[in-house]
Amino acid sequence: MSAIAGTSPGLMSARAPLWRRLIGFNLLTGIVLGVGGWYLGHWIGTEIHGVSLAYFSATAGENDIAIMLGYLLGVLGFLIGLGFAVYPVQRVFGGQPTLAERESHEHGLLRYFSLSTDHKVVAKQYMVGIGFFFFIGGLNAMAIRTELLQPNTHVFGANQYLTLVGMHGSMMMGIFTSGVLGPFANWLVPIMIGSRRMAFPRIESLTFWLLMAAGVVLITTIFFGGFQTGWTGYQPLGDQGTAGYDAYIGFFALVGVSMTLLGFNLIVTIVTMRAPGMTWSRLPIFVWSVLATAGLMVLAAPTLIATLLMAAMDRSVQTAFFIPGQGGSPYLFQNLFWVFGHPEVYVLALPGFGIVLELLPVFTRKPLWGYRLAVAGILGVGILSFFVWQHHLFVSGINADLRPFFSLSTELISIPTGFIFLCALGTLWRGRIRFTVPMLFCLAWAFNFLWGGVSGIFLADVPSDVTTHGSFFVMAHFHYTIMGGLIFAFFAAIYYWVPKMYGYKLSERLGKVHFWIMFLAFNSTFAPLFALGFLGMPRRVITYATNLQGLNDWVSASAYVLGLSLLLFLVNAVWSLVFKREPAERNPWQSKSIEWQLPTPVPLHDFEQLPVFDGDPYPYGDGRVPVPAVAPVGEGG
Amino acid sequence: MSGDGRTRGKGARHDARNVTLLWLLASAIMTPIVVFVFGPHLPPGHGSNEAAGQVVDNTVLLAAAAPIALGVLVFIAYSLWAFREREPQLQADGVPLRGNSSVQFWWIVATTTVALSLSGYGIIRLLETGAGGGQGPEPIAVPPHASNALQVQVIAQQWQFTYRWPSFGGVETREIELPAHTLIEFNVTSLDVIHSFWAYQLGVKADANPGVNNIAYVTTRGPLAFEVRCAELCGVWHGYMYNGGQVVPRARFASWIARARLQYAPATRNLSPYSKTYFPEPQRRAG
Repeated sequence: MSAIAGTSPGLMSARAPLWRRLIGFNLLTGIVLGVGGWYLGHWIGTEIHGVSLAYFSATAGENDIAIMLGYLLGVLGFLIGLGFAVYPVQRVFGGQPTLAERESHEHGLLRYFSLSTDHKVVAKQYMVGIGFFFFIGGLNAMAIRTELLQPNTHVFGANQYLTLVGMHGSMMMGIFTSGVLGPFANWLVPIMIGSRRMAFPRIESLTFWLLMAAGVVLITTIFFGGFQTGWTGYQPLGDQGTAGYDAYIGFFALVGVSMTLLGFNLIVTIVTMRAPGMTWSRLPIFVWSVLATAGLMVLAAPTLIATLLMAAMDRSVQTAFFIPGQGGSPYLFQNLFWVFGHPEVYVLALPGFGIVLELLPVFTRKPLWGYRLAVAGILGVGILSFFVWQHHLFVSGINADLRPFFSLSTELISIPTGFIFLCALGTLWRGRIRFTVPMLFCLAWAFNFLWGGVSGIFLADVPSDVTTHGSFFVMAHFHYTIMGGLIFAFFAAIYYWVPKMYGYKLSERLGKVHFWIMFLAFNSTFAPLFALGFLGMPRRVITYATNLQGLNDWVSASAYVLGLSLLLFLVNAVWSLVFKREPAERNPWQSKSIEWQLPTPVPLHDFEQLPVFDGDPYPYGDGRVPVPAVAPVGEGG
Repeated sequence: MSGDGRTRGKGARHDARNVTLLWLLASAIMTPIVVFVFGPHLPPGHGSNEAAGQVVDNTVLLAAAAPIALGVLVFIAYSLWAFREREPQLQADGVPLRGNSSVQFWWIVATTTVALSLSGYGIIRLLETGAGGGQGPEPIAVPPHASNALQVQVIAQQWQFTYRWPSFGGVETREIELPAHTLIEFNVTSLDVIHSFWAYQLGVKADANPGVNNIAYVTTRGPLAFEVRCAELCGVWHGYMYNGGQVVPRARFASWIARARLQYAPATRNLSPYSKTYFPEPQRRAG
């Protein structure tokens, strides 16, 4: 075992030649072993399939067992190549866990391409990795809008188009579950609660590399004929699908594992690793939102994993959980999927609430208004989100007598969401508002999420939902809540925290240009979709009524501008962080929260001495010293 | 309105009064516009009793949503204008308000009241006739005289809808015509994957599940043409799964269905007997 550990780059001096450092546990090894694992799994699957041909009639021409085993062993090989097996194997043979501590001292670019136990490195890995898949998902959206420029002249084939739709949805709904928790919670939560690390640093890294593996698995669907089901993957349509649907299963199952682990890691960190004085009533509101989100992840994602396992078994070993002709039920899949799926959309929304409520006090120079109400709102939304899932199935014929209950529970969610709005409004009231780029994005969140919420009333109301269900109205609704809510909050967080995370300023001027183009183009893209839905355009169609072409072209044109605004952000980020590299001040926003009191860049173990918290996190306007008192050396831990 | 003036109690009352007045003014203008200008044009039109009911429903929701949204927008707009930083060189902080229990209490009372009333209204409307939505094999919202309803079976398959008429010899047609001013009972089912029967102008949407009979009621009004679209992703040609139908006077319907029976007679002889579902061994495990 020591021989394996000895080849790890983490144990080597940074002065060793590059080729020598590339041999060991890193991304390169991971890719090599991943590809090897794929072929091994595929070969085993083919052998099994040969034996079992007599029992299972192979119908579709592709061998799903081989492909699924290929994904499984490929991902395992990838993780082993990155070095995730070293620690457990060492422990099994009685070794001492030394690797992590040494790895944390690794400097240079290579640490971003290997297993890192530094929460700040993992956060930056997440930032770039999620950014990459967000970019791919965005390109898919551009392709979809290009196809919809014309009702009857096609750019893509019908199957290609549906694969684009499914990849866009899965990429955004799957990868972006960790969009805020990956980069920002991993970076901020330990610092905000006064800890030097996450509770499980190796698992923290594992969640990231699992998510990257998931993204790659999803992209491989294009080699197997794509999938026709959209991100919801309904059965028995999925069961009909080509092997591309196996990639969908593998993708979402890996995302589910990553979500579950990330959730547990954050919960344990927040519950057990708070510094002295960090009581529950002093927890920054962002950490509360992370805690609630992590709770949703831990409770919802396992349902997804189980559901997809059942779907995988239906496809490979001929079970019939969802096959109606053999006693299965498509309703079962819909039910299970949305038991996961509705908490999932709040996994996307809640961190946005947290970011906005965390940033508003800084730029209004006021304490957060109604802290306890905000906490109640976040927890209330989180809890209620488990009791609303059948509003996705109002016209499906399932449990029709439960529709009044699900309509009621859905409407009730507007009450805790209202708490969040009240706290945001109260924080604006009589502040001294500074219109910085992060503040502009927070205000846009409030504007966009308002329309998302108002349109949600129509979908919660069964008679109104009969027309709007499955139409572009629904699409406009969830783009307003997720893109208009989460993504705008996400950019607020980027403009606000990146100077501290990366140590370089982002251009404020380009930021404002980015904001205004993105805000206007976003509304110009998605507001007409409400009208299109009202006019009867169903989702996920490659063709539509010719009288809707004008509106669709307007939407497509706006979508291109929206895409360009995101490219503008990319230009800003690359220019500011890679070329200009103007060092950021320690606290450019005059924030009073703890991460801004640390030096830039933040040192390896965050705190020289663990802080002691002695007051609420938003001491604006009452003259209190913002820097938390520092504990004597050796205290806490 | 200097920066100092706002920090005193009088300034706060002044601002609160301004916001309230602006909100009332905006609501007084916008709510009637929403109800009387937008309302009549809201979907899905007045092609059936259920569709017209949905228009009323949409209007009520929009009328209730308008003052709520305006309240938030007016408050934000006013705050951004009145409380913007005018003296950035001072580096001063805002008024350290940490909450107000009576504001919070009345906010909770107000939002709860609105949410419960909207929800109650929607549930009552739903339970009248089912609002045109699919209600599964055992509907709970059944219109009066439902036993006399004209039964129309909608059979969805990849990628077309066909219609079967149990009261006319079980004939199966590719087209759909419906008699005017008649209560219709749609029995929606599928032969393969999940589809959704969406007759936009009639205000009907019901998922077509293999092995399930999903019932939706609708009472037609005067003659009109309506579109039928599949509203659930059902595979490659989902986008092309649509056709049109018509509501026609009863006499015309009678002659149309009589002609259809003749035209499709050879096919009808070879059809399997009429049934609520056609899926092989429909061992359904609903719920």
